[in-house]
Amino acid sequence: MTAIPPSELDRPALARGRSAADTDLRSVSAAIRRAEFGDRLRSLALAAPLLVLLALSFGIPIVLLLSRAVYDPTIANALPQTSQALSGWSGSGLPDDAAFLALAADLKDNQAKGTAYELAKSLNARLPGARSQVLKTVRQLEGAGDKPPLEVVKSVPFWSQPGTWPAIANGTHAVTSFYLLSALDLRWNADGSIERVPPEQAIFLQVFMRTFFVAAAVTLATLLLGFPLAYLIASAPKGLAAILIVAVLLPFWTSILVRTAAWTVLLQKFGLVNDMLLWLGVVDDRLDLMYSRIGLIIAMTHIQLPFTLLPIYSVMRTIPPSQMKAAYSLGGRPFTAFRRIYLPQVFPGVMAGCLLTFILCLGYYITPALIGGASDQLISNFIGNYVNVELNWEMAAALSFILLVFTLALFGIFARILGLDRLKLV
Amino acid sequence: MSAVATAWPAGNAASAPAADLKGFVEFTDVEKSYDGRTFAVTRLNLSVARGEFLTLLGPSGSGKTTTLNMLAGFERPTRGVITLEGRSVDRLPPYERNIGMVFQNYALFPHMTVEENVAFPLSVRKIDKADITTRVGRALDMVRLKQFGDRRPTQLSGGQQQRVALARALVFEPSLVLMDEPLGALDKKLREHMQLEIKQLHTMLGVTIVYVTHDQSEALTMSDRVAVFNNGGIAQLGSPDDLYNTPQSSFVASFIGENNTLAGKVEHVVGKECRVALDGGGAITALAIGVAEGGACHVAIRPERLGLAAAAQAGNRLTATVDGRIYLGDHQRLLARLENGQVLTVKVGPEATMANGEPVLVSCAPGDCRAFPADAGTAGSISKTTGE
Repeated sequence: MTAIPPSELDRPALARGRSAADTDLRSVSAAIRRAEFGDRLRSLALAAPLLVLLALSFGIPIVLLLSRAVYDPTIANALPQTSQALSGWSGSGLPDDAAFLALAADLKDNQAKGTAYELAKSLNARLPGARSQVLKTVRQLEGAGDKPPLEVVKSVPFWSQPGTWPAIANGTHAVTSFYLLSALDLRWNADGSIERVPPEQAIFLQVFMRTFFVAAAVTLATLLLGFPLAYLIASAPKGLAAILIVAVLLPFWTSILVRTAAWTVLLQKFGLVNDMLLWLGVVDDRLDLMYSRIGLIIAMTHIQLPFTLLPIYSVMRTIPPSQMKAAYSLGGRPFTAFRRIYLPQVFPGVMAGCLLTFILCLGYYITPALIGGASDQLISNFIGNYVNVELNWEMAAALSFILLVFTLALFGIFARILGLDRLKLV
Repeated sequence: MSAVATAWPAGNAASAPAADLKGFVEFTDVEKSYDGRTFAVTRLNLSVARGEFLTLLGPSGSGKTTTLNMLAGFERPTRGVITLEGRSVDRLPPYERNIGMVFQNYALFPHMTVEENVAFPLSVRKIDKADITTRVGRALDMVRLKQFGDRRPTQLSGGQQQRVALARALVFEPSLVLMDEPLGALDKKLREHMQLEIKQLHTMLGVTIVYVTHDQSEALTMSDRVAVFNNGGIAQLGSPDDLYNTPQSSFVASFIGENNTLAGKVEHVVGKECRVALDGGGAITALAIGVAEGGACHVAIRPERLGLAAAAQAGNRLTATVDGRIYLGDHQRLLARLENGQVLTVKVGPEATMANGEPVLVSCAPGDCRAFPADAGTAGSISKTTGE
């Protein structure tokens, strides 16, 4: 029973005793708070080792890595004299000779310290083609002998091109929006406003769209396949349900790499799936399932199926059979009963399962790398490429940051629509 | 429920009077098997009259819930025919039977408010909105829950939830309402209160109610007739009074109310009575209910039919010693150990003061002793069948 509403209590008595009761209540609730605080402190202490581990191995590295997206001191550190010399530069045209001299000095210093390549790489990220020019200039400065450094620098046409010096000036600011803007196919233009990059350079928005499309398609496929299966398992007798659950979980217990490799065997041009389709007469010619969007979606759907299915199943299991019996006995036809009684009750599970799969799909890496074609690489593949191949961690951090923001925004929207407490993840 | 609701339409009393002759609900040779080997229900013949309150009573696994489920349409009989108002319902799905049902766990829809729950059977019948509102209001009024209309079921107590379930099962005015242990989850006091409410609703609305329970006192309190189930069939069908006073088998005698059971052997049968030699010594005269001479039998005697004979009395007299006394306020139960070792419970007045070990003379009229063949199932030997 809920508390008795005040209206049913003796009102005058209440009014009389109110002030005294209030003080009493206050001290009681303060005591309760104190007791609860102690309890909370204790449970927090028990969780402390985990929290520390999470902070050290997860939280701090993520923050440090993501900060690289906006904080890149490489150029500023490598070109201290140039930075100084450029501080008075208007930003248009070429800077004065002092800046060229400072650059020459900085480049020499970098060569001496062995950081020239790092500088070249960092500048290259902002100014494609800069790497070879920087290294060439460094070599020429070294072998110049008596030739004045100013002449050497000026003899390399790159340093007199219109885009070069603004990029350097920009790079001398350690805090930069360059990478984040690039991750969204945007850039600062000459007059200080943000513009879209030319279409031939724009890639990331398209990759983000592709990632979201693949994630949505896989989510939908797992839902269409998983929902009836979850219903079957939830309504099956215990023994059969256990077998079915194991069948669902079995691939779940296999390494994702192994499963992906298995799909490459199945999906390839002369693989089992093509053999079967041909034998059944569904197709006349072998399909290109490998290195294609459709193959990618098939493999990802297989891997993600348990993630969508299990939350749905766990919610379905809590719905007693008498619910549907009641709906039938009250005159609800099967479809009506399903739509008005069953579906609203499993909806939180459906949402949780779909959200889980969708968010996991946004971060898929191995499967698109192995099964997807060149045009099926998702955002994680680009991030991986920047980290492992290009060694441009700033760009990787920027892309990760944008992905994280999108994901959190999506989660926020879901939670807002559904209410976080109704989201039955387990 | 003193403030009985206003003009609630009496259950479709106007329709099909001819069907009453045949029985409103009729089970003919109905059998149900889940696995093809054992039967949850066997050779069931049962007729329910219009407006009757019939209770299916039995231990778990006796087939009563299976019977109810077949009537509701959730199970199909393996053999036999069930008719409702003279029509076979064999091919009628549950949603076309127009039978209200109340479940043990209430089966309220947790995602709907109380009002929406009660409105559900009306809205699936495509009744117009204004009409639904009036009828839902009337139904909630009937179970005194009008002010709880916008609550969720989980915000109500067990008794209130069950009243919502009642309103929901009655709001579309079905002529037959099934109740599957509806009060099983409530505490004793609330259960007794709800028994009265359900009984009053039944009287007021004139609906036919088929009620399943394993609680014999509930069955006796509420029903017009009780069908006692055992091993998938009806052991006895009759009014509560019949079942209590003239049980036809050892099972019914021990299942309904409290009974002393004495084991013995039939010496001879004379007319309606027989002489039974009790195991371990002693003899008793009892009514013969299907016993044969020389056969083992159980003699059932109600505790309140036993007396402590001070003076010479006609009938059976058994010497015993007091083994214990249980004080119950308005009366006491005396445990009397017979010379043969069997123990009888005797209902005595609250003022009786016997000490343990004191000899007593227990008496009873032969007409109050019923001898049943020992082989017919007793309450202690219920074989498990599938279902329920």
